[in-house]
Amino acid sequence: MIHFKNIKKSFDNNHVLRDINLDINRGQSMAIIGGSGTGKSVLIKTVLGLIKPDSGTIIVDGVDVNQTAHDQFLERFGMLFQGGALFDSLPVWKNIAFRLQRGSQKRPKDEAREISIKKLRRVGLGPEIADKYPAELSGGMQKRVSLARAIATDPEIIFFDEPTTGLDPIMSSVINELIREIVVELGVTAMTITHDMTSVMAIADQVAMLHDGKIQWCGSRSNLKDSGNSYVNQFIHGIAKGPIKTLR
Amino acid sequence: MALAKIVSDLGRFLIQVLVSTGKISIFAGQALSYIFRPPFYLREIISNIFNIGYLSMPVVGLTATFTGAALALQIYSGGSRFNATEVVPQIVAIGMVRELGPVLVGLMIAARVTSSIAAELATMKVTEQIDALITLSTNPMKYLVMPRVLAGIITGPILVLVADSLGVFGGFLVSTQSLGFNPNSYILSTVHFLTAADILSSLVKGASFGLIATLMGCYFGLNSNHGAQGVGSATKSSVQAAAVLILAINFSLTALLFTV
Repeated sequence: MIHFKNIKKSFDNNHVLRDINLDINRGQSMAIIGGSGTGKSVLIKTVLGLIKPDSGTIIVDGVDVNQTAHDQFLERFGMLFQGGALFDSLPVWKNIAFRLQRGSQKRPKDEAREISIKKLRRVGLGPEIADKYPAELSGGMQKRVSLARAIATDPEIIFFDEPTTGLDPIMSSVINELIREIVVELGVTAMTITHDMTSVMAIADQVAMLHDGKIQWCGSRSNLKDSGNSYVNQFIHGIAKGPIKTLR
Repeated sequence: MALAKIVSDLGRFLIQVLVSTGKISIFAGQALSYIFRPPFYLREIISNIFNIGYLSMPVVGLTATFTGAALALQIYSGGSRFNATEVVPQIVAIGMVRELGPVLVGLMIAARVTSSIAAELATMKVTEQIDALITLSTNPMKYLVMPRVLAGIITGPILVLVADSLGVFGGFLVSTQSLGFNPNSYILSTVHFLTAADILSSLVKGASFGLIATLMGCYFGLNSNHGAQGVGSATKSSVQAAAVLILAINFSLTALLFTV
């Protein structure tokens, strides 16, 4: 469904993506793992048009993302941002219903609010927080609201950027379970960026290891521990010595 | 060697100025073009008119009143040196309406509105809220910039009218209460002296300064660097740029409208 072909992206002399080739099939949950600063978020942002690659093509459902009407194209996506990225100036329900209040997916106000509350329930939150503002919520609640916003219009493809960063282990587990349930329930194609191996094991069908601007290994989650790839082994076991250079 | 370095630094500075001018011009063109293209986000426009216009009125009103009062005292004091104290109403009126009213409004909204817009948008950028808007199929230029810029253009002249009126009122108050002017003749002198062109020029300046103040806030906010330092830097740069541009454009408009 999503095909990256020879994607390259540099920021001045920093060659973040050197030659990315990766295929994600429909209904598959793919986790991209790799150290901090290896370009995982940049890779997701190239699909959404937030960052333009220097070269290469990204094909979604047979359509080149740079050759299509951007706003309509993005209606197929949901995105959970690392920090939640909730709009401070809007109450929770309006954050969730943002897409339902404008554009081609616009609904009447009451219906939009009803959908918001339904999605809040789906992520384990009650209707009592619908009128609160994001700043009044804990980090875990903000993440769940952000997840509710990502699924508000039942998108075909959902991206999760570091979904458990900054959360305690129990809340991380709750978010991981929610993501897995939603991915299975909605039958969406998912792409998760993470360096949390617990998340990978809970969420992913397939795993790709990104390092040095290239996909170093790609395979099913069950093969991760027996990949035979030195980069993957060093990363999943958290070993300081290996092909991945660490700064001390 | 030292001369070469000075020339090189000057050249680099000039190129940066030209590049920034080009970028701001393109940004302004885009922002203004969205005023005429749907969607219009009426709710956002009204909310910004309230924030930029209505909530700026107290600070604009107080500043203008005190400035008008001080201006009356200065003109009276200066005029008394050559027996020209009777010109206080006329000079206060012309000074406030043609120059001080619009400039005070421009600088006050640069301080209050430009800084606030730049800090808000820069924070939204740092916290990925701008990226979130785009992924939700919403163009930040249309949703965030256009309503603010349009609100600036609409409220600028209204604020200037308030500043002009209260500035003249400040002068009236001081002149009649402590300088011995007759209230009726003060008002008549003011009304007879001011022309429609004076008021129109004031409104044109107000709209221009409202545009500049909001545009600078939006431009520097959306182009901020990451982190708290980026937000601080964007806020500072936006106010500096808005203040300098407002004063420069005020001079240009005065030259254009009153010396031809």
